[in-house]
Amino acid sequence: MVVDGIGASVKRKEDLRFLSGRGNYVDDMNRPGQAYGHFLRSDVPHGKLNKVDISAALKKPGVIAIYTGDDFAAVGGVPCGWQIHSKDGSPMVEPRHPVLAAGKVRHVGDPIALVVAETKQQAKDAAEAIILDIESLPAVANLTAALAPNAALVHDEAKGNICFDWHIGDKAAVEAGFAKAHKIVRLDLTNNRLVPNAMEPRAAIGDYDVSSGEYTLYTTSQNPHVIRLLMGAFVLGIPEHKLRVVAPDVGGGFGSKIFHYAEEAALTWAAAKVKRPIKWTADRTEAFITDAHGRDHISVAELALDAEGHFLALKVDTQANMGAYLSTFAPSVPTYLSATLLAGVYKTAAIYAEVKAVFTNTVPVDAYRGAGRPEATFLLERIVDVAAREMNMDRVEIRKKNFIPKDAFPYQTPIALQYDSGDYLATFDGALKAADYAGFEARRKAAAAKGKLRGIGISTYVEACGIAPSAVAGALGARAGLYEVANIRVHPTGSVTVFTGAHSHGQGHETTFAQLVSEQLGVPHDMIDIVHGDTGKVPFGMGTYGSRSLSVGGSAMVKAMDKIIDKGKKIAAHLMEADVHDIEFKDGKFSVVGTDKAKSFGEIALTAYVPHNYPIEELEPGLEETAFYDPKNFTYPGGCHICEVEIDPDTGVTQVINFTAVDDVGRVINPMIVEGQVQGGVAQGIGQALLEHAIYDESGQLLSGSMMDYTMPRADNIPNIFVGTETTLCTHNPLGSKGVGEVGAIGSPPAVINAVVDALRDYGVRHVDMPATAAKIWSLIDANQPKMAAE
Amino acid sequence: MAQISLTVNGKTVSADVESRTLLVEMLRDKLHLTGTHVGCDTSQCGACVVQVNGMSVKACTMLAVQAEGAKVLTIEGLVNEDGSLHPMQEMFREHHALQCGYCTPGMVMSAIDLVNSHPEGLTEEQIRHGLEGNLCRCTGYHNIVKAIAAAWPIMHNKVPMAAE
Amino acid sequence: MYDFTYAKPANIADAVKTLAADAEAKALAGGMTFIPVLKQRLNKPSTVVDLSALGLNYIKLEGGKLIVGAMTPHGTVAASPEVKKALPALAELAGNIGDRQVRYRGTIGGSLANNDPSACYPAAVLALGATIKTNTRTIAADDYFQGMFTTALNPDEIITEVHFPLPEKAAYAKFANPASRYAMVGVFVAKFASGVRVAITGAGQNGVFRHAAFEAALSKSFTPDALNGITTPVDEMNADIHGSAPYRAHLVGVMAKRAVAAAG
Ligand SMILES: Cc1cc2nc3c(=O)[nH]c(=O)nc-3n(C[C@H](O)[C@H](O)[C@H](O)COP(=O)(O)OP(=O)(O)OC[C@H]3O[C@@H](n4cnc5c(N)ncnc54)[C@H](O)[C@@H]3O)c2cc1C
Ligand code: FES
Ligand code: FES
Repeated sequence: MVVDGIGASVKRKEDLRFLSGRGNYVDDMNRPGQAYGHFLRSDVPHGKLNKVDISAALKKPGVIAIYTGDDFAAVGGVPCGWQIHSKDGSPMVEPRHPVLAAGKVRHVGDPIALVVAETKQQAKDAAEAIILDIESLPAVANLTAALAPNAALVHDEAKGNICFDWHIGDKAAVEAGFAKAHKIVRLDLTNNRLVPNAMEPRAAIGDYDVSSGEYTLYTTSQNPHVIRLLMGAFVLGIPEHKLRVVAPDVGGGFGSKIFHYAEEAALTWAAAKVKRPIKWTADRTEAFITDAHGRDHISVAELALDAEGHFLALKVDTQANMGAYLSTFAPSVPTYLSATLLAGVYKTAAIYAEVKAVFTNTVPVDAYRGAGRPEATFLLERIVDVAAREMNMDRVEIRKKNFIPKDAFPYQTPIALQYDSGDYLATFDGALKAADYAGFEARRKAAAAKGKLRGIGISTYVEACGIAPSAVAGALGARAGLYEVANIRVHPTGSVTVFTGAHSHGQGHETTFAQLVSEQLGVPHDMIDIVHGDTGKVPFGMGTYGSRSLSVGGSAMVKAMDKIIDKGKKIAAHLMEADVHDIEFKDGKFSVVGTDKAKSFGEIALTAYVPHNYPIEELEPGLEETAFYDPKNFTYPGGCHICEVEIDPDTGVTQVINFTAVDDVGRVINPMIVEGQVQGGVAQGIGQALLEHAIYDESGQLLSGSMMDYTMPRADNIPNIFVGTETTLCTHNPLGSKGVGEVGAIGSPPAVINAVVDALRDYGVRHVDMPATAAKIWSLIDANQPKMAAE
Repeated sequence: MAQISLTVNGKTVSADVESRTLLVEMLRDKLHLTGTHVGCDTSQCGACVVQVNGMSVKACTMLAVQAEGAKVLTIEGLVNEDGSLHPMQEMFREHHALQCGYCTPGMVMSAIDLVNSHPEGLTEEQIRHGLEGNLCRCTGYHNIVKAIAAAWPIMHNKVPMAAE
Repeated sequence: MYDFTYAKPANIADAVKTLAADAEAKALAGGMTFIPVLKQRLNKPSTVVDLSALGLNYIKLEGGKLIVGAMTPHGTVAASPEVKKALPALAELAGNIGDRQVRYRGTIGGSLANNDPSACYPAAVLALGATIKTNTRTIAADDYFQGMFTTALNPDEIITEVHFPLPEKAAYAKFANPASRYAMVGVFVAKFASGVRVAITGAGQNGVFRHAAFEAALSKSFTPDALNGITTPVDEMNADIHGSAPYRAHLVGVMAKRAVAAAG
């Protein structure tokens, strides 16, 4: 038995270095001869960039070079990795995204010049001496303004500021459903715009080796190979063999570090010009106006029900803010990552969704933890609660009535996806029990006695992750494959190095991946190293996002280890003079079935590298295998989250009292890490539901542009979070794992808002948009006082 | 440029700094103690917390020149000569109180100060409130609170540290 | 941050001299406000005068007054047995300013000199009718606060200590801004034999202010219910992304009641 294999709460390997201050984040690195870069950015939301006069700035102390948009005219624009087609078949409008602003600035934070100097402060000093001539233009700072008739255009080629106008589903079937409905429930919702705020700000060092002509980019990225591909092939025209991208320890990503950012290209390019490494580290204030934001959708949803409360049809019309330019995966978020999830855990017979993607004079918007699926889940779970109330049905009953039953899998939804496995009743009942749902009314009464309004909210969800079968992704518009790669190198003495394309920035892969190796090859943890985040070491990879590392990256490892074992069996058969079919590999030993003849894994490894007695005619020496794993389907984690809140009616403050999450994430490799992932996601979901909001004023200035105004969840905003699991296995990957990175952020926001609306049930409140801040809740209470008094 | 000298992690050091150099910049750039991080520019995240003369302070909101003659302790200095960890570090590991590790050094330094200044005991509510100056985006705080609660009895000698 | 000359004078006279010598010289206390401002390049001092060696970090009781030296950090006030005994409301207030790290360094003098409209100390100083002592004069609280970030101080004047009269009862109730945790609304009530004084921070368009209507009502009856039906003019309230003017006006009433209840 392997004690620290699959299913054990193994303590994390990476913790020792993080806890003793020996992590290696990009800003911790310094290259010999390094200079510093600083980006001068637009403080005008929309304007004509008439002139950038750098002459005075060039004379400032320490300045090495200054580059502007003109210098980048000959290189490519920052590319978008996903193409969507509109209803009429036309491709999305894809305006050029220059590395440094050219001709126009389109959002506050748009980079205008890169100043390279001996020190960071000198670069900043010099940037102040650059004279800008910007002619301010009217700006469109939100979806409504951008879609208004005669609105100012962010890009001339995007008429009406529309990037694409897309749809999915069977419109006729939905209309038929509506025609026979007993009731149609309509809900208008906003999914609030968020700033990811990983605690490590983005940073990068561009480096160029004059003698070899090789470029190296050290960057805070979740997927260095993707950056190499996008930047090398599309922006700078550097072939892969001359470009190395290193993403060392990364201090959180949550999506915001997936994308290829202009700064990476600018620094890499400039390093070759000045022939010195150039380092840049974002200030938090800079991060607020340059890291891709998340969410920002406005939707109208309509649900048709029959008299018993069965969901007949769902129609959704969404406007999605893309910001000023298309970030790497932006077009996929409101479309294939969101609309396709609108069936949720329910048997809804017909679904039709339309999505308009819109340019605005704001920071680009892209995937943030959950990416599209939190938006779909919020919409569904809110409208189900509203429907229950308007049908006079119990919230639990209406859900149970509509769940996809566990014997219906594989289940084809009416909106593209085929769910492989799940048991929604099991997670639902598990959560109701763990949250003591039955005992809630007593707690409501007790709270009322203290003058508090207590509410409970339920949300159920399914999400699609383990992104993604390459052929499917390609058909849907992805411009890359979405397989994962693992290279397993067994060393002569039997220790193992795994080179994986997945990237760890908090997920603990160095531990869970070692558990997979330990389980499959029987090698102890101290003999296993996981290497990731360096295109110079790892053959290829697609990185970590969409909760894909274990289900896709782990599966690639399993495949590579299968190959190792196959080869090991051949060597063992030779050594023990047995037929290869009689060799069994178990607990780290190759043995001849039915005999006591056995060879240890280490002996086989040594033989492979010291092939004195070896089937050299049939088999190459060495023990190293690479596998590409392309998933056969998405994976579908699901579950139920229950939130209990108390509202202080005098101030409107909502406190989350209890939070229960029971999730089905498929096979659990490390329960401790799974719990931590869920808790972290839930905290972000509570943040979205109650606290966080990126707010632009009409003119396009970001009002919540620092942590003084953007409310980050702190320890006293978050309760203890109970995490349970109910497992059904993924049917199409070798591990049976589904993914856990995003479930917390997907399931939790509607649970919180459903609880808030429940707490306010006596005030006639039908819906509250996020974030349900104290001010917002108080104004609802205040506005509805008389009504309650009259009742 | 001014030359300042101070004690960092038990060693006397001196460094040439500008008046505008922040303590955190000196620690990271001059002394290469990169365990202390920077997560914001408004003094709100606590990624930079170190101890100065026994008090936890935000090293991003203190000039290096203000630390002249002071005793500074950083996360690197918590590790014992033999490589063993401070009980707070141990409990963070034991309870999975870190994910990406970026907030961790500041969080640990704050937590030690919090526990030290509450010999009478610490409730969960006090711990949560006591972490007001430290942001973590990864863990949801649950396990950080657990780790600090577990470190309290060890640091106040109420129970021996569990052998791992 | 722009570079500057750093000075750390050993006595008040030298500090004043350095400040007076140069219009662009600025005092540095705990730095909890000033250093972030410098980092954002919003201020360009020629010389920064560190006040930490002036011997202004002390707390004493004298002549029935609580005297707090200007360089006393919030954490020291919060933990002080003298303050806890003589003026517990002040210890409580200081203990809820910012976070533990801010309280170790931020000082009462810095807070009062800065007069941030959402700072906590100004409410205590105004409600208690404290006196601000500087290197040249004493200034009554009622004359000291002159609107957001504006005070009666001259550019080269240094606050040396604050004298607090001791009330019969007092309390501070703070509604924290969810993001910054400064006071979105903070109400300090102080009951003296001569009557009740109430000061509001965070809410008003012109910084900290006294609430005459609350004072009149509470002077008659020092109970939360005495405030029923008394409103705060909405058009004098601040409004921002965290709360509208009507919300702040409402919170002023709620926090005032809570403060009175806490004062007992
Ligand atoms: C994260 C965070 C949270 C905070 N939360 C709160 C809160 O909840 N409530 C609250 O009230 N405050 C809060 N603050 C502010 C904090 O209380 C500051 O300490 C205070 O506002 C300034 O005091 P300081 O000693 O740090 O002064 P400094 O920042 O050093 O100086 C501030 C200004 O005062 C001048 N000055 C300083 N001392 C004197 C003096 N003796 N004489 C004349 N001029 C002087 C300086 O020149 C400067 O202009 C917070 C700060 C931070 C960073
Ligand atoms: S870096 Fe954020 S508080 Fe110091
Ligand atoms: S562990 Fe990542 S920010 Fe706390």
